[in-house]
Amino acid sequence: MNTYTIDLSLRPTTFDLWHVCLAGTAALLALILIVVLISVLLGMRRCKSAAPAVVAVAPQPEIKIVEKIVEVEKIVQAPAPEPVVLKEATPDAALQLLSLLQKEARFIDFIKEDVSAFSDAEIGAAARVVHQGCSKAVSEHFTLAPVSNDPEGNRVTLNKGFDAASFRLTGNIVGEAPFTGTLVHKGWQVTELRLPKLTEGHNTKIVAPAEVEL
Amino acid sequence: MTARYSVGIDLGTTHCVLSYVDLEAGDDQVVLDVLAIPQLTGPGSIEDKAQLPSFTYLAHPAEIAEGATALPWTAKPEYLVGEIARNLGSKTPIRLVSSAKSWLCHAGVDCKQAILPVEAPEEVARISPFAATKAYLQHLRDAWNHRFPEQHLQDQDVTITVPASFDPAARELTVEAARAVGLGQAVLLEEPQAALYSWIENSEGDWRNHVQIGDVILVADIGGGTTDLSLIAVTEQDGNLQLTRVAVGDHILLGGDNMDLALAYTVKAKLEQDGGKRLESWQLQALTHACREAKEKLFNQPELGSMPLVVASRGSSLIGGTLRTELTRDELNRILVEGFLPWVPIDERPVVRPRSGLRTAGLPYAQDAGITRHLAAFLSRQKDATGELSDHLLPEHASFLHPTAVLFNGGVLKAGLMAERLMQILNNWLQAEQAEPARLLQGADLDLAVARGAAYYGFVRKGKGVRIKGGTAAAYYVGIESSMPAVPGLPAEIEALCIAPFGMEEGSEQELPNDEFGLVIGEPVRFRFFASKTRRDDVVGVRLEHWQDDELEELDEIEITLPEEGRHAGDIVPVHLSAAVTEVGTLELKAVSKRDQQRWKIEFDVRAGEAG
Repeated sequence: MNTYTIDLSLRPTTFDLWHVCLAGTAALLALILIVVLISVLLGMRRCKSAAPAVVAVAPQPEIKIVEKIVEVEKIVQAPAPEPVVLKEATPDAALQLLSLLQKEARFIDFIKEDVSAFSDAEIGAAARVVHQGCSKAVSEHFTLAPVSNDPEGNRVTLNKGFDAASFRLTGNIVGEAPFTGTLVHKGWQVTELRLPKLTEGHNTKIVAPAEVEL
Repeated sequence: MTARYSVGIDLGTTHCVLSYVDLEAGDDQVVLDVLAIPQLTGPGSIEDKAQLPSFTYLAHPAEIAEGATALPWTAKPEYLVGEIARNLGSKTPIRLVSSAKSWLCHAGVDCKQAILPVEAPEEVARISPFAATKAYLQHLRDAWNHRFPEQHLQDQDVTITVPASFDPAARELTVEAARAVGLGQAVLLEEPQAALYSWIENSEGDWRNHVQIGDVILVADIGGGTTDLSLIAVTEQDGNLQLTRVAVGDHILLGGDNMDLALAYTVKAKLEQDGGKRLESWQLQALTHACREAKEKLFNQPELGSMPLVVASRGSSLIGGTLRTELTRDELNRILVEGFLPWVPIDERPVVRPRSGLRTAGLPYAQDAGITRHLAAFLSRQKDATGELSDHLLPEHASFLHPTAVLFNGGVLKAGLMAERLMQILNNWLQAEQAEPARLLQGADLDLAVARGAAYYGFVRKGKGVRIKGGTAAAYYVGIESSMPAVPGLPAEIEALCIAPFGMEEGSEQELPNDEFGLVIGEPVRFRFFASKTRRDDVVGVRLEHWQDDELEELDEIEITLPEEGRHAGDIVPVHLSAAVTEVGTLELKAVSKRDQQRWKIEFDVRAGEAG
């Protein structure tokens, strides 16, 4: 692989702190190599076994690799964009959650039922079952905490470098951070997750088995 | 190998909890953890939970898909225990084993016989209360070994808690079950004591400022299925505070489950009156469940006037078939507060109806739901419990033992209303006799205290904290037919011979001085066996000719069979009886031959006998 050859005559055109650090690192590594070599030699003298010889060979390419990286970084200015890999959500966890909500809260029954024929009072009664059960299922398997601990409606300030995944800016987004605005929703984050483990061969697609009373 | 952890197991009637302390973590720091117990929650699904419900489900082979009952440590467990058992059993009660622990202490039943579930049809292979207990311990052991593969539970210090009211036979069975799953090193601890240990541990050394010499602490433990009462006195020895358990109550099968059921039946009656429709059993069950949640809400939120109760239909149509009603605060107060904690004077006693002759085989549930009546009876009966302690002087006119402090335990007393009411009634009794009101000891974790206290006890056993003294909570007697001439029509007079005094300490032994019994080789010999929780002064060898009805309580008979080794069958060997309390905490009775000092163990577990 001739791209990895080292051109010792190559010299940097400018000399900044970055180069000083690199030079320092290289010197340090060289020192470590020398120490290792000396200790290996001493070790070989003490017990003449073949094993340390292998160790002695190993550190050598390590040094080269470090220097190599320096070169590559210098030559290749714009690395080719890496192909984007999207995470595939595992169906099992989703099915599991559906099953939990159905078991505790009759969630699917509720969603699947045509509510237009019933009065608000009837729907309200059923909603209690769903609400109570969902609340139990969710609090049993997730620990939820608000993202922002400020009360909703308060003015909050987001400093430069805030986590854009945790805080979403809306409305009149102009200018530079820090941003100051009204906290509309405090957000939710899961701090702990305790989903049931499944046995091998468990069919998660059956979110609620048919029930037959004998 | 020395133990790394001290492990406490709360083997509860409805839940088991395992707590542990790392003994190598440091000298003074006690860091208690509760083990998250992996268990099946339904076929194919495993979750970690702090509590293992004490239920076993005996599944039909066609009921569960192959491999759906695998646990992290076994592909196919022998019994389904824990959450899955409770879940499946709620819809198929004929295959559900529950309250195995209460059966252990049930006189007249052989606990090693496969009798549970009682209501199961013929073809269901029943199991014994002993086997169920073993199954829970085995699950806990496997869960531990899975979590700590390097530190097997078999090598740790293990403490198992039992109700203070457990009789010697039930204690022996618990230890035997532990031994059967490899926990032969386990020792027993009474639950109310464990609760107090937990309180001491929780106070981080501050407990000495909350109690003083002369205090009598009433530990009231009202759990899911049982109510357990104990009295612990604070005394002094060599300038140090000392705790002595002076009395324990009877085994009362009354607890939070009864309360939920009482609510459900009231609401059921209301529904049936309004709608004129009979509720089916699954609806009643759902209603019990809904009542429990409504009860907790009403207790926790005093501003609520009532809580709606909803029982959904079983089919997929949720809205159409829903049954609606509500539980009001008035009903809650009337049923739970007035029903279970009635305002009674100290001289009132629990109502005992004569049992009907044809009782179906079942647990002897308390007939009187009034917990305060049971408490009044207990305190009055134990009036002299502190009589021997010089620091505890009861006023002359006292009609019951005056507790000065109260420690609560068990889920029921988490409800502020119930706890307050119990304190009010107790203080009312005290006030009537011009005594100071009792203080409530704060800071107890009512759900996990027993397991935590048990784990802490392992620490205490190493000499690192105050130890509650106690010994046996009863004196034990064998019945001997007196040598009176028989009178036709009257049963032979019986005398009670004391073989173990009250308060025998662990690791001590007492021998009968003079009385000899002739035992026939090869033939089982039975003795009637009695216990007294109030006779504190009887020493070994005392013969009682008369006693009051409530003084002595008859337990199951004990039995001994002398093996034929080296003797002739039919020979009579003179022996005397000896009683010892083992380090583990069980009572051991032995027959000792006077001639060659040979010893034979006397068995407790001969329950049922011919009657069963």
